Amino acid sequence: MAKITYRQALNQAMAEEMERDPSVFLIGEEVAEYQGAFKVSQGLLQRFGAKRVLDTPISEAAFSGLAVGAALYGLRPIVEFMNWSFSFVAFDQLVNNVGSLRFMSGGQFNLPMVIRGPSGGGTQIGATHSHCPESWFAGVPALTVVSPAFPDDAKGLLKSSIRSNNPVFFFEGERLYGMEGEVPDGECLTPIGQARVCREGSDLTIVSGGYATHAALSAAEVLGAEGKEAEVIDLRTIKPYDFVRIAQSVQKTNRLVIVEENKPFAGWGAQIAYDVQHRLFDWLDAPILRVTGLDIPQPYNGSLEAKVLPNGERIIAAARQVLG
Amino acid sequence: MVAEGPGVAVAEPKAPASSLSAEIQIDLYRQMVRIRRFEEKSAQAFMRAEIKGFCHLYIGQEAVAVGALAALEPRDAVITAYRDHGIALARGTPARACMAELLGKKTGCSRGMGGSMHLFHRANHFYGGHAIVGAHTALAAGLAFAQQYENTGGITLCFLGEGAVNQGVFAETLNLVSLWKLPIVFLIENNDYAMGTSVSRSSAGLPLVNRASAFDLAGRTANGMDVEDVRKKVAEAVSLARTEHLPTLLEVSTYRYRGHSMSDPDTYRTKQEIEEWKKRDPILLYREKLEERQVLLDALAKQIDGEARAEAQDALTFAEESPEPDLDLAFSLLFSPEDQIDPILRPRYSDI
Repeated sequence: MAKITYRQALNQAMAEEMERDPSVFLIGEEVAEYQGAFKVSQGLLQRFGAKRVLDTPISEAAFSGLAVGAALYGLRPIVEFMNWSFSFVAFDQLVNNVGSLRFMSGGQFNLPMVIRGPSGGGTQIGATHSHCPESWFAGVPALTVVSPAFPDDAKGLLKSSIRSNNPVFFFEGERLYGMEGEVPDGECLTPIGQARVCREGSDLTIVSGGYATHAALSAAEVLGAEGKEAEVIDLRTIKPYDFVRIAQSVQKTNRLVIVEENKPFAGWGAQIAYDVQHRLFDWLDAPILRVTGLDIPQPYNGSLEAKVLPNGERIIAAARQVLG
Repeated sequence: MVAEGPGVAVAEPKAPASSLSAEIQIDLYRQMVRIRRFEEKSAQAFMRAEIKGFCHLYIGQEAVAVGALAALEPRDAVITAYRDHGIALARGTPARACMAELLGKKTGCSRGMGGSMHLFHRANHFYGGHAIVGAHTALAAGLAFAQQYENTGGITLCFLGEGAVNQGVFAETLNLVSLWKLPIVFLIENNDYAMGTSVSRSSAGLPLVNRASAFDLAGRTANGMDVEDVRKKVAEAVSLARTEHLPTLLEVSTYRYRGHSMSDPDTYRTKQEIEEWKKRDPILLYREKLEERQVLLDALAKQIDGEARAEAQDALTFAEESPEPDLDLAFSLLFSPEDQIDPILRPRYSDI
């Protein structure tokens, strides 16, 4: 174990998997000579060469489509978007091709690929650079959506995603890159589809993911000081999410708040709220509440952006309401 | 023979006497007839509502698929757009598997999940059948990238309609393949109409082959009504890709006799125009040529036609008698089994 950053954890994951499997390569804007716009790919060009670490022109549709073709052929591409907000110019490739080709070919082809990059707001870079599009892609049946909140999971989930024979959309928190944590030096594979209990409690369950997990944990500390213990579950995988772990917690606390950075309408929290009310109706002592990004584009102004993001104030208010 | 600068449209030389063996000439003819008869049978099946959705026929364009694929090796990759029946057949997908797919049956080459526009056949390195115009050109670059990465010696042949050239992703892709010197040939099947919009109403800077020059690709043209010309020009482009890693943009002029799809009333062009093109019918012309060369006698031509008709009928009968796929099969195709990590529990959210 060593204390490293979330960014370094991702870097280790890619380096270890590229070492292990020569069919893995990294492609994206500024991933090679520039060493990554956020330095996630630092050193990979020097270690693995220009054949496997490829700078692209600013052509998201073409390079993501190229990666799809390479995956059809049997390679294992890692596509880096400098920002998930830039993925939308490649939306057709990601939804129609990544989302359909295995199915539409009658299962003849696999798409073992990872599409990754930073997402989310909070850095005052405006509406076009601050999207958190987890739920948009989670709406595509064939896609797996992952969003690690901690350095060890960043490494473990990225390694698992690279080894998966299915396409994984991997959302890194832009605000998490500098976060430090203990991370195993060598092999660590976080299972896809399993949540993690970050804080135990018996009064209330808070389900969250990505950066919002940290907001939820801070809010839980405030609630704890008031004598109300929240159990915080970090989803880690958004789709398929870990219903079983949520159910175990809700059957204990009987109260649920869901925190996500996605916009409210049809965000993944809505799916979880639906599933929980449908299957655990008799276990609930209060309506499920959601705390999401507010339903407007991301404002540049810092104090406004802080209000638009799910924040401690709104999480605590929701928790108090649920606790009655 | 390909010394001209990149992007320069080359005038077509006079067709030389064929250096192809009689067997190859007859096979080129047979493949075109097979496609023609298959497509006529498809049209009948569509009119009887056995084929649903869209059905884009290849009638009139047979020389393009047959000539082009005759220039490839088995290790090469092939990918095309939605007018894919002829290309799948010419690449070796059995007629039964093609027709069963058109009817949406479990025995179809895509198990009934793809339909007319999404034929795939992995065993033949046939990567589909793609229905979003232009989108597959980037996939083609990825196939060529993988061939280069794995050093297979294979190349990728990507067919696209002339309507696809104005998609942004195609321009991005031409830039990438040239920059990275990928072993690829882009073959524009220019049948003059993107659905109902003629090329002159949609595209600046004609001829389309000029677009090669912007990205430093080799630019070539071929007569798509002449199967031997297509074969020759594709072979030259394939050689450039395979030996020099120089991508080519090859514009092939052709014509479809039928509408864009079976549901097209075809009101944007005159009957006279269609009749004029039919005089240049690739099958008719090639038959005359082979008769002149005394390669193809009347009896053999009749035999080939009879076999092609029988094959198309057999394919349709097979498709009609084949079972429908069920929902469990459909769900089973969504994800690949994992073999390097633990299995991932995948609930069907609709069932919760």
